[in-house]
Amino acid sequence: MNILVCISHVPDTTSKINFTDNDSKFDANGVQFVINPNDEFGLTRAMWFKEKQGAKVTVVNVGGSETEPTLRKALAIGADAAIRVNTKATDGFKVAKQLAKVITDGSFDLVIAGRESIDYNGGMVPGMVAGLTNANFVNNCIALEVDGNTASATREIDGGKETISVGLPLIIGGQKGLVEESELRIPNMRGIMMARQKPLTVVEPDETNSKTASIKFEKPAPKGAVKLVPEDNLDELINLLHNEAKVI
Amino acid sequence: MSVLVYTESDQGKLKKGAFEVASYGKAVANQLGTTVTAISINADETSVLGNYGVDKVLTVSSSELESFNAKIYASVIKQAAEKENSQIVIISSSADSKYLAPLLAVDLQAGYVSNVIETPISTSPFTVKRNAFTNKAFEITQINTNVKIVGVSSNAFGLVESNGSATAEDFSPTIEASNLKVESVDRTTNKVTIADADIVVSGGRGLKGPENWGMIEELADVLGAATACSKPVSDLGWRPHSEHVGQTGKPVASNLYIAIGISGAIQHLAGVNASKVKVVINTDAEAPFFKAADYGVVGDAFTVVPKLIEKIKAFKAQQ
Ligand SMILES: Cc1cc2nc3c(=O)[nH]c(=O)nc-3n(C[C@H](O)[C@H](O)[C@H](O)COP(=O)(O)OP(=O)(O)OC[C@H]3O[C@@H](n4cnc5c(N)ncnc54)[C@H](O)[C@@H]3O)c2cc1C
Repeated sequence: MNILVCISHVPDTTSKINFTDNDSKFDANGVQFVINPNDEFGLTRAMWFKEKQGAKVTVVNVGGSETEPTLRKALAIGADAAIRVNTKATDGFKVAKQLAKVITDGSFDLVIAGRESIDYNGGMVPGMVAGLTNANFVNNCIALEVDGNTASATREIDGGKETISVGLPLIIGGQKGLVEESELRIPNMRGIMMARQKPLTVVEPDETNSKTASIKFEKPAPKGAVKLVPEDNLDELINLLHNEAKVI
Repeated sequence: MSVLVYTESDQGKLKKGAFEVASYGKAVANQLGTTVTAISINADETSVLGNYGVDKVLTVSSSELESFNAKIYASVIKQAAEKENSQIVIISSSADSKYLAPLLAVDLQAGYVSNVIETPISTSPFTVKRNAFTNKAFEITQINTNVKIVGVSSNAFGLVESNGSATAEDFSPTIEASNLKVESVDRTTNKVTIADADIVVSGGRGLKGPENWGMIEELADVLGAATACSKPVSDLGWRPHSEHVGQTGKPVASNLYIAIGISGAIQHLAGVNASKVKVVINTDAEAPFFKAADYGVVGDAFTVVPKLIEKIKAFKAQQ
């Protein structure tokens, strides 16, 4: 099995989010970048396919050279090879278009992406890749098994879950559940050393125009102070929720 | 030229999100001086959509569409958009709608923007405001294609009634064969889902163990709320993963979010901040959640929650 794992390079979950250039650009100053958490669950599941089923695992990112440390980290976790498509990720469609080309060129049978990245929260790249490559697609995937040319994938639905059997080639929009939190791997010294020897190929993008454009960012207005209610006066809480907030 | 809204149903019944996308569609149609058409698949009763501004409903009934299939549903919506010559398609933020939207975008060669929270700032160029960085910021985004898909964030625009009426028209699209087979569906029966809930009651590690969730469930019951939890609670196996909310779990955008024994870590807050009103119950007056909350009780959940349940029961009985 030839697996491609899509890796988004995102600010660490604890980052303060700021903008520059008249609030038109994300300010990466002082921000620590990580593998997008949804992608990390997928990458870890791919390691299982590598170790148990002899799969080859390639990781890919669409972005500038600043994303290479994140790809190296994925190699240190155990991926065999990395590809970086050298272009700015200006919208979900453009990223999907680049990934579709990588998938076609590399004949991947299984593509594991995250259901969304925690920076722009677009939630569209895996689905668009499936549409563009005409592959099957399962989103919000929380369990995945592959047997020959068929996969069994479980997806989370509103209020439950659903198990689907589906043929390869297959694109997954993954999330926690693909593996447990406790199964996530921290790269060890040996992994980090080996990652340096592994191929990281830079490919040039094909000409694609974005369909949407980010114009400007705003931050939420600061929150007013909390109203504290003494624990022996819960009637007041109910009064506030009913008459002031009008939510009960 | 109608604005097309995909009004989702679940086992024949229109979902709350359907009325929200209809309301939003009506507002966009007003901006553009056009009408609203809804596409609904296997819904029993659709005339009620008229109360939310829909002029016409394309009703599809087909046993082949009984279980949701993103690719096939996307193709049905595409055919509806083409029939109506719609330039704008509006969908909700349900798991199913978010699943089909990117496929639909490829099919229609449309630009798609998700998590939109307000009516368009401008219709030419078509510019919308959306949530980004998991509620830590808003992004103003422009869609540059002829056909545009807008994914509306849950509970952001809300329901807006208007006194119109909707005519129904049978619609029989071509239905593609599927190469995906649903083997089993596992539903938590009779429970309000986090996605649809007006109120969410959420418990954290402060509750000490799974055996203490009885009072959380009871509080949720009396309020008609969904239950949720913080990440460590699901990682510890006290509650199912499907209840994990936050930046790496499910997003919550309810009217009321009650956090009990949750400290309010940045990753938790990011995922629940879109809720309109937040109440925190925590023994530690310094817990960061109090800074993000509207109302708070500094106290022990084991004494406060049972009292609160009694008070709410009494309040409900009076209503
Ligand atoms: C990459 C990453 C992603 C993450 N994503 C998420 C996410 O999506 N969602 C999420 O929730 N977390 C997430 N986290 C974890 C997050 O950082 C916190 O660790 C977590 O939210 C803490 O959960 P908690 O509030 O339940 O527990 P704690 O932080 O342990 O807080 C327990 C609280 O309970 C209070 N308490 C104790 N006893 C009582 C009592 N008797 N009555 C009332 N209050 C009491 C305490 O004062 C304390 O404030 C993520 C972390 C990382 C690193």
